Amino acid sequence: MAEIKVDCRNETCPVPLVEARKALRRAAKGDVVEVTGTHQSSKKEIPMAVKAMGLELLEVEEVGGVWSIKIRK
Amino acid sequence: MNKKATLIVHSGDLDKVYSAFIIGLGALSMGMDVSLYFTFWGLERLKKGNLDKAPLSKMNMLGLGRWMVRRKMRQAGVASLDKMLKDFVELGGKILACDMTMEIMGIKRESLRSDVISEYCGVGTYIKEAMESDITLFI
Repeated sequence: MAEIKVDCRNETCPVPLVEARKALRRAAKGDVVEVTGTHQSSKKEIPMAVKAMGLELLEVEEVGGVWSIKIRK
Repeated sequence: MNKKATLIVHSGDLDKVYSAFIIGLGALSMGMDVSLYFTFWGLERLKKGNLDKAPLSKMNMLGLGRWMVRRKMRQAGVASLDKMLKDFVELGGKILACDMTMEIMGIKRESLRSDVISEYCGVGTYIKEAMESDITLFI
């Protein structure tokens, strides 16, 4: 099981959401994708996409305006 | 079966084509299937080398408004239409081109981005796609 990191800091809508989706498509079942970013709406919307696709949201954290979201495929 | 969104891209204006791609990419990213149906002025954007050679729908001011908006977008880190189109295709989005419009506007297949167009079709195809869709928009 691989851990895939996607850095979307300083990117704006819709890039973090799209990059999260691209990484999840490329990942194998069981892989963990960690997306980091600074765009605030994406912090809410990536978990919405995870739920809509029936994937597992492992963790949402934010330190000093930088959030990170972990998803298991 | 996945939920689906079908958007008609009738406008070729820069701001509206951006909206179409942002909504399309958002829907793909939320796990939906997406078709963008390009017709009339929208088809201009599918001509080779023409994707972002578009005016603004308002306040274009002979290109000055377009220049200002593009500069603001770059500063804000908004992705280019080239990147959006590439991501759209990578995520499985379909680009449909209206062949009736191509005929009346004298647009030949050779002049269009055949590398991204998945189908040349008419209104019947749009209606079929729209019937299967949860979201349809006319842009």
